[in-house]
Amino acid sequence: MNSDYYRSLARNMFLIIIIVSFTPMILASGILIYEFNISYHEKVYAHLKELVQKHKQNIDSFLREKLGDIRSMAKTFSYEEMMDQSFLRDRLETLQTEYAPVFVDLGVINARGVQVAYAGPFKLRKALYYNADWFQKAMRREYFISDVFLGLRGLPHFIIAVRENWKGEHWILRATIDFGAFNNLVENIRIGETGFAFILNRQGEFQTKPLLEIVPRKGPYIDLLKSWKKNKDDISIIERPDDSGNKNIYVVAFLKNGDWLLVYQQNASDAFSDYHKALKMTFAIIMLGGIAIITMSFILSRTMVNRIAKVDREKQMMNDQVVEAGKLASVGELAAGIAHEINNPVAIMVEEAGWIEDLLEDEEFHDSENYNEFKRSLKQIHVQGMRCKEITHKLLSFARKTDSTIQDVKVNDLIEEVVSLSSQRARYSNVTINTDLQRDLPSIRMSISELQQVLLNLINNALDAMENAGGSIDVRTRLKGDYIEIEVSDNGPGIPKANLTRIFDPFFTTKPIGKGTGLGLSICYGIIKKLGGEIEVHSIVEVGTTFHVCIPIAKDSNI
Amino acid sequence: MPNANVLLVDDEVPFVEAMTKRLAKRELNIISAVSAEEALNRLEEDRSIEVVILDVKMPVMDGIEALRLIKARYPLVEVIMLTGHGSVESAIEGMKLGAFDYLMKPCDIDELVSKVEEAAIKKRQHENKIIEARMKEITGRRT
Repeated sequence: MNSDYYRSLARNMFLIIIIVSFTPMILASGILIYEFNISYHEKVYAHLKELVQKHKQNIDSFLREKLGDIRSMAKTFSYEEMMDQSFLRDRLETLQTEYAPVFVDLGVINARGVQVAYAGPFKLRKALYYNADWFQKAMRREYFISDVFLGLRGLPHFIIAVRENWKGEHWILRATIDFGAFNNLVENIRIGETGFAFILNRQGEFQTKPLLEIVPRKGPYIDLLKSWKKNKDDISIIERPDDSGNKNIYVVAFLKNGDWLLVYQQNASDAFSDYHKALKMTFAIIMLGGIAIITMSFILSRTMVNRIAKVDREKQMMNDQVVEAGKLASVGELAAGIAHEINNPVAIMVEEAGWIEDLLEDEEFHDSENYNEFKRSLKQIHVQGMRCKEITHKLLSFARKTDSTIQDVKVNDLIEEVVSLSSQRARYSNVTINTDLQRDLPSIRMSISELQQVLLNLINNALDAMENAGGSIDVRTRLKGDYIEIEVSDNGPGIPKANLTRIFDPFFTTKPIGKGTGLGLSICYGIIKKLGGEIEVHSIVEVGTTFHVCIPIAKDSNI
Repeated sequence: MPNANVLLVDDEVPFVEAMTKRLAKRELNIISAVSAEEALNRLEEDRSIEVVILDVKMPVMDGIEALRLIKARYPLVEVIMLTGHGSVESAIEGMKLGAFDYLMKPCDIDELVSKVEEAAIKKRQHENKIIEARMKEITGRRT
């Protein structure tokens, strides 16, 4: 398990968390933005359409009304009556009192284009209109409303002309509408910062005063005119960028039976400012959320992987322990086999030596000069044979698997027993043994002799360690969950770190040859492990050594 | 009269030989066998055997099995288990089946001899009790 593995694990986790949390967020916000965009556009368009529609109707009815007035005037009064200058002035006054300054003047023009009568602020009587465009158009129809033009007076205005017959000849009643009054109709349309309206004629000339000093370029409107000729009653909305690249919304309606065009223009960004505000907020939220998710997933993946690494390490450690236990078990098998095979030959050798010893007792050998040497040598064979026996027997008990004498054991009683056994030896080594035993411990099920062996081994090791300097040994018991913990600690010289990992290995010993077999702790280890318990050692050089032994309590035991 | 009639049973021939010599030197009458089957035959032939020294671990029939048969057929014969096996369980098992005692190989010869003698004494006491009981029975019948 190298760090690369954990890095890639962390990276994958990080990416997965990000993808999983970002995808729905982006999809949801995308869909919402899209839908909101559509509905907001629709709402804005509907609003603009309605606005333009209303103004179109206003303007149309304004024109229709004025036309109706002039027409009814032309029908009501004859040519002769209208020819009368003062009568005409009276009519103009009537109109002006009714409509304020909308009507500027009135004029009567005969078939030859001569203005025969005139009422108004200009001196236009006898003006000749024969060549005027509007005159020719008006002569061909019953009535006519002209585009805005400067005309003879040099001021923007437009004309409503009505054609009537008098004695077989056409004559025309003409009224001039004040440009300002008409302009107000359109100029009132103001929305937002950039929304404004104006009227164009078929040639793309402005019929109203365009907004402020910005005179919109005609280009786009001419295109508009060309492209929207089909349905006269329709209100069309188009969006297109203007010269400076800003997107504009144009709402277009035809007026005056298609002669004029009412155009409402607004900057798209202005019209959709609320939408853009919402969009900005959404993006800000997504950004903040994204940062939060990225931070969280980074922290999360790091902590998770750290946990995994820790668990892996623990697993590795446990594996090591299992391997260790397996190793010890197989060493045990081997040891048992060897011990058993060796024990018999050793027994025979000891017996043969004994036989020679027996024979030496006969009279005839007593005089031999080497008699004592023989005796000593045989004694040595016997002693070494006994050593072998000790080793093989310990080996066998280390590898022993079954014990038929398992019984309920009261740990404290046993400890007292073992301590009193060892106290004699302890006194010689100038060591005191203290016990601190928790009362009313539940009993454990194991072989008494095995537990004895474990305790004796631990206490004897401690005594051996402190043989020269003296000190104290503390034996403690306490209940720890489902286990009874026995602690044997001394304040001896401690175990060097290099030896600490090997003390449970069979045949590992620091004692001089002939003193220890190196099997004591291996046997303890085997016994405790067989019970499902734990044995651990903590040691600090110059401070002391503590052995912790945990033994599971009997399940059906009573205290 | 020798101190006791002893049957020594072990599958290790050199061990049997050495032991026989040593025990014989200590005034014991030794008969040897190198398998459990042979031991049973010897017991059948020689009813004077008082003590059996029986190795636990033997091929074909082990000491525990042999002990069971001996105790069934000759209940008065005392058996001392001799184990080269480190585990004392089988020896304790033997004690439960009625063995006199057990010793670990290699054993101290003097310890062994004293155990044999004790066993022999015990056996003789048993026999005496039985004889006395019989005599009482017989004398009781006469009166």
